[in-house]
This record gives sequence, C-alpha cells and structure tokens, in this order.
Amino acid sequence: MSDLPLLEAVGLTVLLEVNGARRAVLRDVSLALRPGEAVGLVGESGSGKSMTARAMGRLLPPGAEVRGSIRFGGTDVGGLAGADLRRYRSQVAMIFQDPRAHVNPVRRIGDFLTEALRSNHAVPRAQARRRAVDMLAQVGIEDGTRRLRQYPHQMSGGMLQRIMIAAALLTGPRLLLADEPTTALDVTTQAEVMAILDNLRRRSGLAMLFITHDLELAAAICDRTAVMYAGQIVEVRASALLHSDPLHPYTAALAAARPDITRTMHRLRAIPGRPLSAFEAPAAECAFAPRCPHVAGVCRAAVPGLVELAGGVSRCARANELRGQLEVTPGG
Amino acid sequence: MAEGSGAPVLEVAGLRKDFGSYVAVDDVSFGLPHGRSLAIVGESGAGKTTIARMIVGLERPTSGTITACGRDRSRAPRSAHDRRQRGREVQIVFQDPYTSLDPRQNAEAAIDEVLRLHHGWPAGHRRARVTELTDLVGLDARQARALPRALSGGQRQRVAIARALAAQPAVLILDESVAALDMSIQAQVLNLLADIRDETRISYILISHDLAVVRQLADETLVLHRGTVVERGPTARVLDHPEHPCTQRLRASVPRPGWRPKLA
Repeated sequence: MSDLPLLEAVGLTVLLEVNGARRAVLRDVSLALRPGEAVGLVGESGSGKSMTARAMGRLLPPGAEVRGSIRFGGTDVGGLAGADLRRYRSQVAMIFQDPRAHVNPVRRIGDFLTEALRSNHAVPRAQARRRAVDMLAQVGIEDGTRRLRQYPHQMSGGMLQRIMIAAALLTGPRLLLADEPTTALDVTTQAEVMAILDNLRRRSGLAMLFITHDLELAAAICDRTAVMYAGQIVEVRASALLHSDPLHPYTAALAAARPDITRTMHRLRAIPGRPLSAFEAPAAECAFAPRCPHVAGVCRAAVPGLVELAGGVSRCARANELRGQLEVTPGG
Repeated sequence: MAEGSGAPVLEVAGLRKDFGSYVAVDDVSFGLPHGRSLAIVGESGAGKTTIARMIVGLERPTSGTITACGRDRSRAPRSAHDRRQRGREVQIVFQDPYTSLDPRQNAEAAIDEVLRLHHGWPAGHRRARVTELTDLVGLDARQARALPRALSGGQRQRVAIARALAAQPAVLILDESVAALDMSIQAQVLNLLADIRDETRISYILISHDLAVVRQLADETLVLHRGTVVERGPTARVLDHPEHPCTQRLRASVPRPGWRPKLA
C-alpha cells in the first residue's frame, strides 16, 4: 500500500438549497484513501455519509455549493468537465443501497452491463459481452450468457446487487464508492455479497469507501473506519482499535448501544435524544455535546477541531483526557 | 423473564399457505404464552411475513388454525364487532413507518381514533391515555401533534408502536419494526419494548433477520426455511449452539470482529 493518497478530501463543506434556504450537509470533511485501502464510513441518518460519497463521485445535486477540495491522483476533481469527468467516473465507480432504483427496468442486463464499455471505451459489442460474462462469473454468477438476456425484474435483490458490482468493476476502476450496498439484503446474502466484494477488491488492488450504519460490519471488512456525526467526521481509527480503544465518545456510545448477539443485556445503553442533521448542528459548540455522557465546559466553548491521537484522529475537545475511558462494554 | 402461565395467548397449528402452486408456509405450529416473546427468523422468502399476515388477518391460511385468546381467527370475521375484538387480540407494527401511517393524521388523532373505536371511552379519558401513550414511546407534545411528514423515521415508528399499543392487544407482532431505525434510536425502542412487556404482560412476535435484536428481546426462537420450521428452542440455545445448517449459516453470516465473509 502506497502512502500517497489515491483520493483526498480536504476541508470539504457542502451546502444545498432546501426549501429556499441554504443548508450545510457536510462541514469541513477531510478524509484520504490510499490505493487498495478499504475505509469504512459510518454514521446515522443525516450524518453526511452518503453526501461525502456523492461529493467524491461528483454526483451532488445541481446548485450544490462546494468549498474545500477533492483530489484524485493529484488532480482537482471539482474542476473536471467533459471527457476528463467521464474518465474520472470510469476510475471511480459507485454502488448503492437499492439496486432497483439504479437500473433501467426496461433494459436487459446485458445492455446495462456493457453500456459504459461500449460508449466510453469503444469496446466492440461482442467483446464487451464476453467481458461482462467473465465479470459475472467473478461475482459468482455462472450462467452469465443467459443472464445478459434477462431483465432486472427477473432477479432477486442479492443477484441484482451482484450485477451492480459487476457493472461497477467492468471499467477497471481504482476506487469503489459503496453506499450501503448490503443494507437491503438479508444477513446470509449480505455475507455473500461482502465476500465477493472483499475478494475482488483485494485481488484487483481496488480502494473502497464503504458506507454503512453498521459499525461492526465496517470494522470487520475495512482497514480504517471513519465515523460521522452531524455532517462532520468525528473519528478516524484503525478498524481493529475501534471497539477496544475508540477516540470519540460518539463512537463508543454507538458501539455500546448495539445489542449483542452473544448475550441478553438487562438494558441497552441507548444514546439519549436523536441524531442531529448537519444543518441543525450548533455553530459554536460540539454537535454531540447535548447527548454526550462526558460533556464539559470546553465542549460548549467552540466546535472542536480534529486532533491526531494514537494513530487516529478525533474531533473531541477532551479526546486526550478521555483516552482509555471510552472502551466499549455494552449493556449494564 | 416473565412467567409463561396457563394456556398460550396465541396458538398456531398446522398452518399452511399456498400462493398458486408455491407453498409459502408449510405445517407451522407454535404456541406463545402470556408475557413471552417469540422470534421468527430466516432468510428472505422463508415465509416469516406471510405467517405474520395470516395471524393479523391480512391473509387467509390455506389450512391450519390460528387461535388468539382462546378464539379462532383463521376464518374471516363475521361482524364489525368480531373484527374489533380481533384488533384487541393482535396488533402489528410494520417495518416501514413511511407507508403505515395516515399522512393527514397526527399521532394524537391516530391514537385517539383507536381508543374511541376499541374502548369507546369518553373524550377526557381518551385524552389522558393519548398523553400516557405518547409519553411511553418518548414523543414530546410537539411531535405528538405533528403530521407524519414532519417526523423522522424513528419518530414515526414510535407513533406506529403507540397506535398499536392503544388497542391494548394481548399480542404485538413486530415485523422488522426496528430494522430501519438509526442505531441510537433502535436501542431506545428496544428498551421501550422491554419496559412495556414488563409492565403489561404483552406478548411479542418478533420477526427479524437481526440476530442481535432477537437475542435482546426474544425468549424463544423459531428458524424458518422455505416455509417450514427447521429449528426451535430457547433463543440463547439456538444462537449459541445452532443445530440445523440453516441456523448455522444465519449465525455465521453476522459480522463480528475478525469476521471474514465467506462464499456459500
């Protein structure tokens, strides 16, 4: 793994027009992915995790105001247009939670799979179809030739998500933005899809930003995990240390709130209140302060900056003090 | 754990449902004692939701019987009175709170309607109970008067739970009711459901593919595969020592530290 980032977002702030008002959806997000690295992006509704991926994929809605920068292999992504933007998009693929919402229901799977190859890479039809069948085999679909003739409605959700992965990987991207690709699947299908994604990614040296609300899933399959709250990144940590040595009280609270499959807890440690969206976050204090069990005066004095600590980063004003006290012991 | 005394509040025997030539549910039987919780787990298409829909009366069983509070409910209700009676026996909370609430009705009105219909209480009594129920599920006064579109998914789900509880059902079916909630909210709702069970001796049927949620809330677990029960037992036993390959597969699919997803 090279130390030079493949993709780097620095100070990314995004505002969208909602009902005539400008609202922040991302606030000062900085995150880098190295080539071949898998980074998890975890958060609750409105935390900005999907918006981060959309900004990286240059898929923000029209009228979005973007501050800060995203660089891919040294090039500023924000300035790309025309052929350069198309080239960028073949390097950065995206898959989504609901495959059915991202595939044309009246077109055959074969046309969907080969479209990018044929129109952006001028690959002849027969060759594109051969490559599509090969790629389907790699995502565990053996009868690819037959599948190419089928329509999306003839497939289960798990099958269709594998086809979306095949489509995303066909153009040989270097980065995959995966936005909750397994959330709509049941656990056994999720495990299958994750296995396919994990194998292919490792084999081809593909970097991945894996967005999920499931801290355990992110920790299990990603090298590092970033946790978002109210439009900000509050922690980035090696996944192996996320549960044993978290650096932000929100990460610890999130992990502790989750029921445990190995035991029944007397009570779950719910986080009081509800998650804030980015635009609701206070301008001059820590957004998590109202729900934080460790809140102190310093948390209300200013929005905490990101501090480097123990190989990770934390946006907690008391991160140093609290180190070692946040270990996750679920239940009570 | 609450004691399971006397006759089961809900009994299902030899339940079967065919859709054309497809057998969705095949010979499923179980009993649910008062104050206890039963989880039904299994992959998509295993028949979990079809069982739930038959118990509430949204589908007619092809064969088999469903008995709640000693009354048969496998055939269509014969009168409005009969239908309301059944509503007091079993209620359901669906997965998606965006489609299960009337968009023109706020939480107070939705709960009040159920109270009027099922209990016929005077307005003052109903008002007090509405406040009790909205408090119980953690909705504040503003949220209780807001239309569904002004509420988040978690808040809507709490409205759906309060509305279901208003009928004071003996059995509440939770069909993936916490799956779509944010993690911090999911913990609040699970604690709330445990509290309500402790206070009211309500029984739950929990339909879920989240085995951690099952562990937290269900005493007994029933594993369904292609419409048939392949394993059943106390939740701790089923999850810690799964015997059937289907259960083992479900268990092995749950992400955990050091987990490497494997191809089936």
